[in-house]
Amino acid sequence: MAKKTVVETTINGETVEFLCEPRESLLEVLRDELELTGSKEGCLTGDCGACTVVVDGRPTCSCLVLAVEANGKKIDTIEGLARPEGLHVLQQKFLEHAALQCGICTPGVLMSAKALLDRTPNPTEAEIRYALAGNLCRCTGYDKIVRAVVDAAKTLSSARAA
Amino acid sequence: MHAINYESPSTLDQAVKFMAAHGEKARAMSGGSDLIIQMRAAVRRPEYVVDLKKIPELRQISFSVQHGLKLGAAVPAIEIHENADMRKYYPGLTEAAHLIGSLQIQSRASVGGNLCNGSPAADTIPALIAVGAKCRVLGPKGERIVAAEDFCTGPGRTVLAPDEILVEFQIPGPAPHSSDAYQRFIPRNEMDIAVVGVGASITLDLGEDRCTAARIGLGAVGPTPIFAKEASAALVGKKLDAGTIEKAAQAAIAASSPIDDMRGTAEFRRHLVGVLTRRVVTLAAERARMATSR
Repeated sequence: MAKKTVVETTINGETVEFLCEPRESLLEVLRDELELTGSKEGCLTGDCGACTVVVDGRPTCSCLVLAVEANGKKIDTIEGLARPEGLHVLQQKFLEHAALQCGICTPGVLMSAKALLDRTPNPTEAEIRYALAGNLCRCTGYDKIVRAVVDAAKTLSSARAA
Repeated sequence: MHAINYESPSTLDQAVKFMAAHGEKARAMSGGSDLIIQMRAAVRRPEYVVDLKKIPELRQISFSVQHGLKLGAAVPAIEIHENADMRKYYPGLTEAAHLIGSLQIQSRASVGGNLCNGSPAADTIPALIAVGAKCRVLGPKGERIVAAEDFCTGPGRTVLAPDEILVEFQIPGPAPHSSDAYQRFIPRNEMDIAVVGVGASITLDLGEDRCTAARIGLGAVGPTPIFAKEASAALVGKKLDAGTIEKAAQAAIAASSPIDDMRGTAEFRRHLVGVLTRRVVTLAAERARMATSR
């Protein structure tokens, strides 16, 4: 068996250290080692996006990152989206617009949407759909998801302007 | 996944030494968006995974109009799209990279990995062929240059020896009034594997209103991506009117050898080769016309 390695990384703003085998994915370590079970396993082939986290500012399928690669990186997961004061605007809008049903895709969708709005504060609907193309949803038909993101972008923009 | 050892060399020398020692049992990794899936499916079972992403030569986008482009093999697709020079001077190669999978995949997947994985349907290879990319391959016995169109030898197979790595792409500087384009057909909006992909690069002499250079690359219509030589030649020296473009489209169809599979029939694919060739030649020519003097 290959030697385990110590990995040091920043997760949701906090320094985290863990031990892992080279074959373990970041998703496995997040869920099984660090008990951050918000990121979901949907396909393990990078097709569904349920495992989406943000690595150094870029949305990434954590199932396709070896945990050892996380060394020195800055990782944001769904667990870091809400603030101590309450839900993130995106999460609030998802509730208001009923942009989730079973919720299994939702953490991944939210992380992709967050990464999008951080880069592009006023995306067009086409840009939103493109940015969310890697997040599959079996329940909602995507319409309410897109409306929620549009609304969140508007709210965040006016808050910034205010 | 089977147990692996993970190596992460930070220089080319280190990587070459390692591959010399363990080449047969090692597999290079760039973004891992093909390799990790293959390892999970036990399609590949390397003992060593050699992560090349720490090596500076593989991560560079080094461009000047005079000297052209050196594109590191491990640059994530999303970085190509984020690079203003890439978007301006190689829009076809850039849009090909921006079509790979999803944004999540593009955070990881690289053009080098796309080529080395050797899928005949790879999106960036027709675009690489179109811009005349040369691949710098490095191994313990030294360095060699392979043209992009010669790199793949069959589905999933390339010219790389087990102890060699792909370092970078060397792409000629953009001639005045030249540009490129890539388009693919997929049944959905995003995320699919190309049913057909076509890349074209066009250089125009605006004064003469003629095409002075053209290269057309085809994907997903043969066991390897194809440089459509006759189709490209059909455009050179000519005014790019509908008749000329049609001749090139027909030559491109003749150069293709698609099969029936779950993504489409051979007949449909041949039709698509014609459609996409017309479109990308037209688009590359439009972009070439608009390309301001450099």
